[in-house]
Amino acid sequence: MLLLTCPHCHVTAEETEFAPGGQAHLKRPQPEAGDDAFESYMFTRPNPMGVHLERWRHAYGCGKWLIAARCTVTLEVFGTYPAQTAAPPAEIVKKIKKKRPEWEAPA
Amino acid sequence: MSDTATDLSTHRSLLRIERVASQGMIALRGGLGSAALGKGLRKATGLAVPGLREIAHDETGAFGVAWMSPDELMILTPPGVVHETIAQLHEGLAGNHATLADMSDARAVFALEGAPVRDVLAKLCPVDFAPEAFPAGAFRRTRAAQVAVAVWFTAPEAARLICFRSVAGYVEELLCTASAPGGEVGLYHR
Ligand SMILES: [Zn+2]
Repeated sequence: MLLLTCPHCHVTAEETEFAPGGQAHLKRPQPEAGDDAFESYMFTRPNPMGVHLERWRHAYGCGKWLIAARCTVTLEVFGTYPAQTAAPPAEIVKKIKKKRPEWEAPA
Repeated sequence: MSDTATDLSTHRSLLRIERVASQGMIALRGGLGSAALGKGLRKATGLAVPGLREIAHDETGAFGVAWMSPDELMILTPPGVVHETIAQLHEGLAGNHATLADMSDARAVFALEGAPVRDVLAKLCPVDFAPEAFPAGAFRRTRAAQVAVAVWFTAPEAARLICFRSVAGYVEELLCTASAPGGEVGLYHR
């Protein structure tokens, strides 16, 4: 069971109040990038055992999208931030690195 | 508002459960921090923009405003004045980016009353209903079993719950089942 804090309405709720939305910070390729790039954008996901930046929607609450930095193995949540954020915030990266020095933020 | 109050009084329950027959509800979306929105809201309802996850009522209890999300409020009005209130809000918000919608027929409202009301709600929603954690004036959107609801307390042992009208029958059955005699859990009420 995950407990996530919504960065929009600041409620800490259990995961059944949220709907998962898959990997965060995906970058859509340019139109001329070709089929392979689009196939990868649509379907290829790293599915990591460990730190994961993941989109969630506070579906039963305020309805807003957020991103959770969490570990898929231990379910530890390093932090959450609004989905309108292009890259993981520095303080969250720092928090993750402190516990998982080998982890690298996605490019 | 086509509904009349359902008679739930014949159902054996630890609570008094009533379907509120007609509650005016207006959705207002816009920048909640904008001065124009605050002014327009006050002019139409006499109320200020509520704080994060709060609900405020005027002295008579006729009007209320609830914080739904960072860009949405729900305005509670007496049933007869919904259109009038929307017109006033339109006037006050003229020239500003905002959306107003009459949601009175989109949602159902339940009034729950009785000492174990927090216990009954805690069976259905993943929320801390302890009086310290959920005081009067707090407003919480969550789920009750499988559907979206919003809950607030009008007195220490009286709550209101709203849901979409399309699932009102389901919520009514949920409330009746969760409040059936013999189902006491003694979490908040002993
Ligand atoms: Zn939220």
